[in-house]
Amino acid sequence: MSPTDTVPAGVEEVVTTTPPVRPSTLLVRALRLWRTRIGASFGLLLVLVAILGPYLAPHSPTDFVAIPNTPPGGAAGLLGTDYLGQDVLSRFLYGGRGILVMAVVSTGIGLLVGVGIGLVAAYARNAWDDVLMRGMDVVMAFPEIMLALLAVSLVGPDPWVVIAAIAATTAPRVARVARGSAQPVVERDFIEATEAMGVSRLRILTGELLPNILAPMMVEASLRLTYSIGVISALAFLGLSSDPNGPNWGTMIQQNQIALAVQPWGALMPILAIALLTIGTGMFGDGIARTAAGVDRGRAEG
Amino acid sequence: MARSVRRRRRGGIAAFILRRLLLGGVVLVLVSVVVFVATQALGDPARAILGRDATPERLAALRAQLGLNSSVFTQYVDWVGGLLRGSLGNSLAAQQPVSELLGSRLVNSLVLVSCAAVVSIPLSIAVGSWAALRRDRLFDSMSMTLMLVLAAVPEFVVALLLVIALATTVLHVFPAISPVPPGQRPWDHPTVLVLPTAALVMGVAPYVARIMRASMIEVLESDFVEMARLKGLPERLVLLRHALPNALGPVFQVIAISLAYLAGGVVVVEYVFNYPGIGSALQDAVVNHDVPVVQALAMLIAAVYVVLNLLADVATILVTPRLRTRL
Repeated sequence: MSPTDTVPAGVEEVVTTTPPVRPSTLLVRALRLWRTRIGASFGLLLVLVAILGPYLAPHSPTDFVAIPNTPPGGAAGLLGTDYLGQDVLSRFLYGGRGILVMAVVSTGIGLLVGVGIGLVAAYARNAWDDVLMRGMDVVMAFPEIMLALLAVSLVGPDPWVVIAAIAATTAPRVARVARGSAQPVVERDFIEATEAMGVSRLRILTGELLPNILAPMMVEASLRLTYSIGVISALAFLGLSSDPNGPNWGTMIQQNQIALAVQPWGALMPILAIALLTIGTGMFGDGIARTAAGVDRGRAEG
Repeated sequence: MARSVRRRRRGGIAAFILRRLLLGGVVLVLVSVVVFVATQALGDPARAILGRDATPERLAALRAQLGLNSSVFTQYVDWVGGLLRGSLGNSLAAQQPVSELLGSRLVNSLVLVSCAAVVSIPLSIAVGSWAALRRDRLFDSMSMTLMLVLAAVPEFVVALLLVIALATTVLHVFPAISPVPPGQRPWDHPTVLVLPTAALVMGVAPYVARIMRASMIEVLESDFVEMARLKGLPERLVLLRHALPNALGPVFQVIAISLAYLAGGVVVVEYVFNYPGIGSALQDAVVNHDVPVVQALAMLIAAVYVVLNLLADVATILVTPRLRTRL
């Protein structure tokens, strides 16, 4: 038993031994659950705010609008001003895009690399399996935010450094689940049959194994996206974003936390936005997990 | 834990523990290589510390001071040798030994993490078990939805929502920040611990509670629990003597991972509350490019993680009767 074989996450591990379900079918079935619908609507709402926000903002995010920390009303606008006298509403509308893009890109890279490593390890069935997975264990010995902090401390808070660090923490966790889900598939007869037909290894990995693990990978994707959003906004909150006064929900919280008692909106809006966005992706993922596992069996057999 | 018994071991518990210790040692060595490569070999710490417009003379002087002119291998051996002797190098920002800098902060963080563990573990085991016993009823669905939400929301957001609700805006019950004056200990000011502890508990409890519920459901449906019931044992005995010990096995793993997760979670939560622990020290060190402090803390947190997992593996075997017989 390896130290990290247990699922650290809230979502139960799903191992499909039934024929693969098409992702679209799974999605439609999952949307019958209330939690999936609520999650999808929260997620969509915040994605819309993040993408369309900059077009709707009444001011530039860095314009001086009124005296710092003015509560809402009058010249200070719908949500008042922040610690520099900038418009909270405009900064809020601008502040989601960067987080969302970075989270999606880093999670995407992490998923691709992780699924690749997981499938290769599961199909190898030899020493490579052990070498790859022990390597993943080493990377997983760092809490998710640690690797990002290590990288940022040396290279600086460049967006690509953060993306690479988060992809590097995502990949091993994905690889573990991908390998776990692919292992029972590798043992099945149809894989042996395709091998006998002389199908290339790459085709077996992408054409035969991958479709069989799509359901757990969809669950994993939403789970990882949830964590990536958390880590990226946390880094900005710790003061580690490339633009110290850029409109970013994490940065906004850091800047306006001190004024919570006087003008709560500057910190409260981005706090609520991050909370709703992560609740959305989390509930959506849980809905898919429940649908993929069939009935709620507590924990799928591993 | 079906997967953990897939490979049957030979040689009994002692051999198993020895194997785990060796594997843990290997992982620790590899972790130290990762930390070293990430902080020292990949880039130029001297330039990271002094910034872009440092003069060549100052860069050369700092490189000599940091020992960057020797080979990468020598640097690594020196660093690990220092770690093993307990000498962690000098902080570049504070110009004092890292061990002195971190000593009292380490105690503060330990106090905080211990408070969080002492509250969260029994609480989440109780919530998870109760939800399993009341499966699909109101308590189960309410508590599990809450756990799902808490697991999704980043811990610093939970911490700040607590601050807004209980410290600054809605109610004014607890302090919004938790500074501990130098020379004093957190337990001299117990109220400063309340909100950081609550935030960490809310960050960790969901994982333990959900696994506890799942594990308990599995055990309650098992043959041996049915057997115990058929023997006519009172329900209290069935639950406490038969169900709970077997359900706890998988939970140990998650508790260990959660405690390790606490080691990462304190970074952000301590920063929210301005609490003087290793987490806020790490944030400080990263902002100031204080490479020795970052190295020491990364190594410390990773080592805690590896050791906790090791303990969890051993505890899982010792506490789960099913696994013990299969060794």
